[in-house]
Amino acid sequence: MPLPYISLKNLCKRFGSLTANENVSLELYSGEVLALLGENGAGKTTLTKMLYGIYQPDDGEIFLAGSPVRFRSPADAIRGGVGFVSQHFSLVPSFTVAENIVLGREGAAILYKEALNNKVKQAAERFGLKLEPSALVRDLSVGEQQRVEILKALYRNCQLLILDEPTAVLTPQDVEKLFATLRHLQNQGLSVIIITHKLDEAMAISQRVAVLRLGKLVGVEATKKTSARELARLMVGRDTVPVTKNLEHDAEKTVALSAKNLTVKDKRGLTTLKEVSLELHKGEVLGIAGVAGNGQTELVDVLTGMREPESGSLSLNGKTLTLGNARAFEMAGVGRIPEDRLKGVVGDLSVAENLTLEHIPQFTQRGHLKTGAMTQEAERLISAFQIKAKATDKARTLSGGNIQKIILARTLSRNPSVVIAAQPTRGLDIGATTFVHEQLLAQKDRGAGVLLLSEDLDEILRLSDRILVMYGGSIVGNFLAHEANVETLGLVMAGSKHVSA
Amino acid sequence: MFRLERGSPPVWWRALLPVLAVLITFLLVSLAIWAAGANPLDVFYEMLIKPLTKRTARFEILVQATPLLLTGIAVTYAFAAGYYNIGAEGQLYAGALMGALLGPKLGGLPPFFAITVMLLAGFLGGVLWALVPALLKVRLNVDEVVTTLLLNSVIIFFISALLNGVWRDPISGWPRSPSIAESAQFPGIIPRSRVHLGFLLAILAVISLWWILKKTRFGLELRAAGLGKEAARFMGVPVAKTMLTAALISGGIAGLAGVSEVAGVHYYLIDGISPGYGYTGIIVATFGGLQALGVTIAGLFLALVDTGALSASRSLGIPVYLGDIIQATLLIVTLAVLLLNRYRPVRSR
Repeated sequence: MPLPYISLKNLCKRFGSLTANENVSLELYSGEVLALLGENGAGKTTLTKMLYGIYQPDDGEIFLAGSPVRFRSPADAIRGGVGFVSQHFSLVPSFTVAENIVLGREGAAILYKEALNNKVKQAAERFGLKLEPSALVRDLSVGEQQRVEILKALYRNCQLLILDEPTAVLTPQDVEKLFATLRHLQNQGLSVIIITHKLDEAMAISQRVAVLRLGKLVGVEATKKTSARELARLMVGRDTVPVTKNLEHDAEKTVALSAKNLTVKDKRGLTTLKEVSLELHKGEVLGIAGVAGNGQTELVDVLTGMREPESGSLSLNGKTLTLGNARAFEMAGVGRIPEDRLKGVVGDLSVAENLTLEHIPQFTQRGHLKTGAMTQEAERLISAFQIKAKATDKARTLSGGNIQKIILARTLSRNPSVVIAAQPTRGLDIGATTFVHEQLLAQKDRGAGVLLLSEDLDEILRLSDRILVMYGGSIVGNFLAHEANVETLGLVMAGSKHVSA
Repeated sequence: MFRLERGSPPVWWRALLPVLAVLITFLLVSLAIWAAGANPLDVFYEMLIKPLTKRTARFEILVQATPLLLTGIAVTYAFAAGYYNIGAEGQLYAGALMGALLGPKLGGLPPFFAITVMLLAGFLGGVLWALVPALLKVRLNVDEVVTTLLLNSVIIFFISALLNGVWRDPISGWPRSPSIAESAQFPGIIPRSRVHLGFLLAILAVISLWWILKKTRFGLELRAAGLGKEAARFMGVPVAKTMLTAALISGGIAGLAGVSEVAGVHYYLIDGISPGYGYTGIIVATFGGLQALGVTIAGLFLALVDTGALSASRSLGIPVYLGDIIQATLLIVTLAVLLLNRYRPVRSR
């Protein structure tokens, strides 16, 4: 057995009370492609950032070719032979490919363009990357820009290349090209860690797959000996979830919220939400499962009044909603819990202000704030929802769980007709998570329709009555909760088409 | 030893920061004074202490503070809403221009009406000059820093053209506008001093700034938009409308500063009626922490620096630009020190 090129021993990383990585031990050999698989927030990026010197491990060690190393900065890591290509490229658009590659690396006061271009051309050929050194980066496609990033890392003699979700921005054709490049480089002895949450890709490119879940390494499998099904099970957790759904609400089939043909395009003109239609009934929890980046964010933005879709319509209890108008949504009775809770509160405003601003017309008299009433309402909600803060505290000083309680309190205390809950427990500890779950179920029991978008399948399975699965901007699966299980959902989420419910 | 950690700072730490900024500024400026061949301590005494001991100088500070408070308040409205209005200088000139255009025609009106007209005209001038960049910002997301800044030069040179063209005094050849009617002149408010109605206006503006930001729904929405645009939008704040309104109020108050200089100090419009009050207003607002009380203190302090620099240059023979150096340094140091607001000191192990 050869010595591993790099090995991690019991790496730990904590951010405050959150443990991002716990005792992760992993080895990587020369010429090997390792896929790092896991859901959002599983700790994939944190782990690789420790390898690249962006974060320092709180505990544990990294060994490079057998000897312990400590990367205090990315510059350290680059010297140690580690290259990192993030999802967001760090290229100068108005520079040529060659200039970007040597930037900060070579050249005295004068750069000789010819010699430079030749050198970069040779390097590109050696590594099998098709690139024109004199082309301006701003004229390149996203796939080509990624190749520049890869060449930049290789040019600095990296032995280990880390790619953070490299396929997220690529077209299927570019993905093929990227994988061809990676195979070529692998034959030259390069080690590659590729972060992904797409099972097919992990199966296609890697020799081994490491699966992270909630910061812990839950399995390392040889790709040949495993299957997408097995990986899906590892990724979303093997604990069997007690099915506690109550089916008595099935009788009531009154539509509360109805979405028709919602379509959203992003800045590049790509369709990120494709003709999505759904119906949310009164007194049910409708779960929407899916891997991040498959249109959920766009759907949430439309359903919370933060974004006007290119086409489509929404109606609540039969009345059409004015799209893209947050206050109109709120007034019509749409309770909204944002995907990113820090975009639901203004950190530098007080808890009382954050609890009342959403309903500020009620606390206003001839343009003036009824500060007494605001404080009173804040005190009431603070005690009803057990928010650990004073009304005058700035919201930013609160923990994530308490910030989420601010949002829940101001929203749910209004008895909304429907609740749009996006990632309501992301990053919360068990206590706060349970609290959020209880509150959402209480809304359902009251007769509200609850739309639950979550990447946490356990959560979806535990709370939902019906489950939809999103993939590639469309709804690709529709399950009754008692018929669904982690495995089938996981496979549909990962884009496998040959699954029957 | 102490080290800094990201987090929300304790209250005493926040209060310490402005003091720290002033101390660092004076340390840095000492180098410039020393290079100019004077003793920094003498200069600081002459500049900061001595004016306070003399009656005339004390009131002169209030005259100087009038435009600084107004522009400081103007900038505060905009900055608090997250709209970076660098155009208070131009908006001030627009207000002054309106005053100079209307002022001479108001003879025969009772002073109360004439002055009201002057104030409205000044406010309107500032609003108009602020309107285009504000619309460009909220409609097309054009960077307001660039547009407001560039418009300053446009109006300053336009006024210069007027003063050196049609308005040039045919007899004396002075580049100045016709004098405004006596009824349109701001009355003095303190006998045997140059302190005029404008100072009272500035005080009223400070009080209404506090009132609006703290007590009204508009103020809450304005602060929410400035502190967290996306979250404010999520909670239903009409962010674009709020920002636009704040930008226009900002322009209007800067315009008041202009008309107050015309009607309270000079009684006509001249080139350079503002030696950069609009820009100093940015320092006043930033150093004042975008809050009414802070802006008041900052405005008075910078007025003291301005007045003191003038007298210190006379008595000690140092360049009068020292005042500008102090103000500019203070802005940079304040901005740097404000970064510390995101940290809190912790005792290191």
